[in-house]
Amino acid sequence: MTEATEPQAVGVPKDARPIKLACRNVWKLFGSNAANFIRERDGKASMADVAAAGLVGAVRAVDLEIRQGEIFTIMGLSGSGKSTLVRCMSRLVEPTHGKVEFEGKDLLKISDAALIELRRHRMGMVFQNFALLPHLNVLDNIAFPLSIQGQDRPTREARAREVIELVGLRGREHFYPRELSGGQQQRVGIARSLATKPEIWFLDEPFSALDPLIRREMQDELMRLQTMLHKTIVFITHDFDEAIRLADRIAIMKDGEVIQIGTPEELVVNPATDYVAEFTRDVDRAKVISARSLMRACDGTEHGGTVSPDAKIASFSASIVASGKPFAVVNGTGKPIGEVTPQAVIGLLAGLDRASA
Amino acid sequence: MTVTASASGARPPVQRWLLVWALALAAALVVFLLQDRLPWAVNYPAEAVVPVADWVSALMRWIKSNLSWLTRSITAVLGVPLDFALNLLAKNFKIGHGADAYVLPRLSWVGVCAAAFIAGHAAGGRKLGLLVGGCFLYIALFGQWTSAMLTLALISIAVPFCIVTGLFAGIWAWRKPWAERLIVSPALDLMQTIPTFAYLIPMLLLFGNSPVSAMIATAIFATPPMVRATMLGLSRVPSEIDDFSEMAGCTARQKLWRVLLPSARPTLMVGVNQVIMLALNMVIIASMIGAGGLGYDVLLALRALKVGEAMEAGLAIVALAIALDRLSQAVAHSQAKGHVQQQANQSFWRRYPNLSLAIAILVVTTLLGLFVPAFAAVPKAITFTTAPLWKAAVSWVTINFFDVIEAFRVALILNVLNPLRAFCEGFPWLGAVFLLGLAGYQLSGLRLAALVAALTAFCAVTGLWEKTMATVYLCGISAFIACLIGIPIGLMAARSDRFEKIVTPIIDTLQVLPSFCFIIPVVMLFRVGDVTAMIATIAFAVVPAIRYTNHGIRQVPPALIEAAKVSGCTPRQTFFRVQLPLALPEIMLGVNQTILMALAMIIICAMVGTRDLGQEVFIALSKADSGRGIVAGLAIAFIGIVADRLFNAWTAKARARLG
Repeated sequence: MTEATEPQAVGVPKDARPIKLACRNVWKLFGSNAANFIRERDGKASMADVAAAGLVGAVRAVDLEIRQGEIFTIMGLSGSGKSTLVRCMSRLVEPTHGKVEFEGKDLLKISDAALIELRRHRMGMVFQNFALLPHLNVLDNIAFPLSIQGQDRPTREARAREVIELVGLRGREHFYPRELSGGQQQRVGIARSLATKPEIWFLDEPFSALDPLIRREMQDELMRLQTMLHKTIVFITHDFDEAIRLADRIAIMKDGEVIQIGTPEELVVNPATDYVAEFTRDVDRAKVISARSLMRACDGTEHGGTVSPDAKIASFSASIVASGKPFAVVNGTGKPIGEVTPQAVIGLLAGLDRASA
Repeated sequence: MTVTASASGARPPVQRWLLVWALALAAALVVFLLQDRLPWAVNYPAEAVVPVADWVSALMRWIKSNLSWLTRSITAVLGVPLDFALNLLAKNFKIGHGADAYVLPRLSWVGVCAAAFIAGHAAGGRKLGLLVGGCFLYIALFGQWTSAMLTLALISIAVPFCIVTGLFAGIWAWRKPWAERLIVSPALDLMQTIPTFAYLIPMLLLFGNSPVSAMIATAIFATPPMVRATMLGLSRVPSEIDDFSEMAGCTARQKLWRVLLPSARPTLMVGVNQVIMLALNMVIIASMIGAGGLGYDVLLALRALKVGEAMEAGLAIVALAIALDRLSQAVAHSQAKGHVQQQANQSFWRRYPNLSLAIAILVVTTLLGLFVPAFAAVPKAITFTTAPLWKAAVSWVTINFFDVIEAFRVALILNVLNPLRAFCEGFPWLGAVFLLGLAGYQLSGLRLAALVAALTAFCAVTGLWEKTMATVYLCGISAFIACLIGIPIGLMAARSDRFEKIVTPIIDTLQVLPSFCFIIPVVMLFRVGDVTAMIATIAFAVVPAIRYTNHGIRQVPPALIEAAKVSGCTPRQTFFRVQLPLALPEIMLGVNQTILMALAMIIICAMVGTRDLGQEVFIALSKADSGRGIVAGLAIAFIGIVADRLFNAWTAKARARLG
C-alpha cells in the first residue's frame, strides 16, 4: 500500500502536534449588509444584536484549532450551523467575517487558482447523500477528481483501483451508483475523496443517510482506514454516540455557536452547560471515562493489577471487580500515580456518581 | 345603525369582494346599455387606433432593405447542411449540371427502415424496434416516402440547432439571474404563446419562400422547451454535487460540462423530446412558406378539398410523430448498465455494434439501389393507397347522415355560437380592461392588474378589438367544452386503474400529433366554419384537462384518504370533501393548459375559415404584410398571457391556502 502517511504525526502526543486548520472568530451571517454589520462591531455581536439587525447568524464567533492527524468532530442538531461551519472551513461558503487558517495561511485571502490547487491536492470531502455522479460508473467516479487534474487514463485508473481495494469495493468497478446500496455508495464517496491523497478530510454527516447497522459497520471501517492513513479529519455529525465513538475531540454547536470543545471524556466529566450535559446523560460512561479521572491517591492497600492512566474503565471493569482489590494507575515509567478502587468502578457503572452530582 | 356598521366592518374579505364584483359588473353593464351615448367605450374609436402595424411594417422593410446581406448570408450558410440533409434523405445528390450530371442516390428506403428498426431495438428492445420500423415501413408502403423524408430532413437539421441554442441560452439564464428574470423568461413566455403562424411572416419576408426560412421558423419555435429544460435541470442538480465539484477542484468550465450538465441529463432529455415534437409540429405548419414535405401535401389536398389525400398524408405525419416520440423517449429513459466489463481500445465495430450495423445496411442498400431500382425508390407495385377508401367513407357518411350532421351544425351555430359571438364582439373594451384588471388585483396585486389591463388595452388600441373578442369567444367555448369532457374523463381515470390504462395511450397519442392533423377528419364531416374549428380545437385541447385531473386526484396523499375513511367518510364524501379540494389547484393548472392549447389551435383553424385574429394572421401571411401579422400575433399572445397569468395567480393562491 502506497498511502501517504504523515510520519511526524505518528507517536507524537496529540496536543503537541502542529495545527492544521484553525478558525479565528469566524462568522457567517445571512441578510442584507451582513458584512458591514459585523465589521462595524469589530467582530463582536450578541445573538440579540444579530436578530435586531434582521440577520440570521448561521455561524457566530467560532474559534477552534484542528491538529494534524486528529479526528475532530463537530456535533450539533439540525440548524445548529455545523454544515455551514464545515463549508466555511473549505470555503464552499464564504465566511462573512474572521479568518480560516490552513497551516497558518489565511484561506480566505488566497486566489481562486490557489484555492483550486489546494482542493485538488490537499482537501477531500465526503457528503451526506454521497454526491456521486450518476452518469459515471464506480471506477470513473473515483477517478474523476484525478481526471480533472489532467492525469491520463492509466495513471488515474491505477490509483482508483488502489482506493477501491482499500475500501473493499473490488468487483464493483463497472457498476453505476444507482446499482449500489447506500453503504456501498458511501464507500465510493470515501474512495473518491481519498483518491487524491488529501491531507485534510472533511466528512459531512457521512453516515447519517445509512441504516443503523450499516452506519456502525462504516464507523468501524473509518477507524480502520484512519489507523492506516492518519489523516486530519473534520467529522460532522448530529449523533452524539457517533461523535463519542470516533472523535479525538468534539466541538458542540448550538445556534451557530461552539459551546464546548473537548475530548469525549472532558465533555462527559465536565459538561460546560446543561445543554451539553443533556447529550452526555445517556452515554455509556465506562467507555468514555479513563482511569485518570477515577483515580485517587494511593492509601497503601494491596493492588490487584496495574492500568495506564488513559485506559477506559470498561477495559478493566470486569477484572477489577473480579479481583476485588484496587488497581494501581501507573505512568509510562511504571511509577504508580494513584489507584482505582473496585467500589469506584461499580459506582460509575451503576451511575451513582451522577445521582450524587 | 351601529349594529349594521359593525357587522359590515367585520365582514370577511370574500364578501367584500363579492360586492366589488357586483358593482363592477353593473358598471360594465351600464356602459354596454349606454353604447349609443358612449360609443368610444364599447368600440374603440377608429381614429384613435395606434398604427403599431405600420411601424412594424416599416421596421421590417428597413431590415429587409438594409440587412439583406445578413439575411442572404444566413440563408446561404444554413442552406448547406439543409441541402445536404434534403439530398441525403429525400432528393438525390446531383454533381454537375444538366443532362450529364452524375447522380448520387439518396439513402435507400429499405436501409432507412432497417436503421429505424435497429435504433428502436437498441433504445427500447424488440417491441420498440418493431413499432419504429413499422411506422417507417407504413410511410413507405403508403407512398409518402419522399414527402416524409423531406420533413425528416428539415427536422434533423433544425433539432440539433435548437438543442445547442437552447442549451446555451439555458446556461446563460441559469448563470445570470438578472438575465433570466429580465430577458429569458419573458421571451420564452412570448415565444410559446405567439401562434405558430405569426412566426412565418417575418421569416417569409426576410428569408423568402424556401426550406431555409421554414427551418429558421422551426428552430425559433422549438427552442423554448430546451431552454426551460436546461434551466430546470441545472437548478435541480443536488447542492451536494455542486459542492463536490468545488471540492474536487473543478474550474468553472469543468464543473459545468463534466459535472452539472451530465447530472442533469434526464431533464435535458425530456427537453430534447419536446424539441423534436415541436419541431415536427412546426415543420408541418411551415409548409406554407416552402418547407415542402408532408405538411405541404396536406395543405394542397385540403385546399382542393381532397379529403382522401389529406387523410393519407395526415396519417403519415401521425406515423412519423409516433416513431420520433417513442424513440426519443426511449433514448431519454435508457440508462447505461455497468455489469458488463468493458475493455479499452476496442474496434469501432465492437464498441458501437448497432451504429455500425445500421451504417453498413444503409451503405449496402443504397449501393444496391444503383442497380436495383426497387431499393432506390419504393416500387409502385407494392405501395397502396387508401385515399379512395377515405373518400368513399366520407361520401357514404355525407349521403346517409347529411341531414343529421347539418342539423347539428346549424343548430349549434344558431343557438350557441352566434349569440355568444354577438355578445363577445359587442363587449365594451373599456369594461373588459377594467374587469380583468380588477381580477388581477384581487388575485395578486397591483402589478398583475397593471399587466393584465395593459395587455388587454393593447388589443383594443391597435384596432383589433372585435377580432380579439371573436378569438376569445371561439377559444373560450372550445376550452370550456374541452374541460367539460376532459375533467370527468380524468376523474374516472383517477378512480379506476383499468380505465386509466385505456385512456393513457390514447391521450399520449393525441398529444404527439401535430395540430394540423386534427383538422382533417373534422373538415371531412363538417366542412369549413366555426363548428369545425371548435370540434378540432376540443379534440386538440382536451388532453391536459384529462391528464392534470387524473394526476391531481392521484397525488392526494394516501394517508389523507385513509384518515378520511377512518373518520367514517363514505366514498362519495371522501371524493368530494377530501380528494377534489386537494386536487383543485392541479386541475386548474390543467384548465390553464387547455385554454392555452385551445388558443394555439384556434389560430391554426383560420385555415378552415374562422373570422378572428387567426384569419388576420392568415391574410397577412398570404399578403406578406408583416406589420399586420405580427400585431395580430402579439394580440393572440397577449390573450394567452392574460389567461395564463390570471390562472396561475389563482392557482398559487389556492395552493398557498392548502399549504
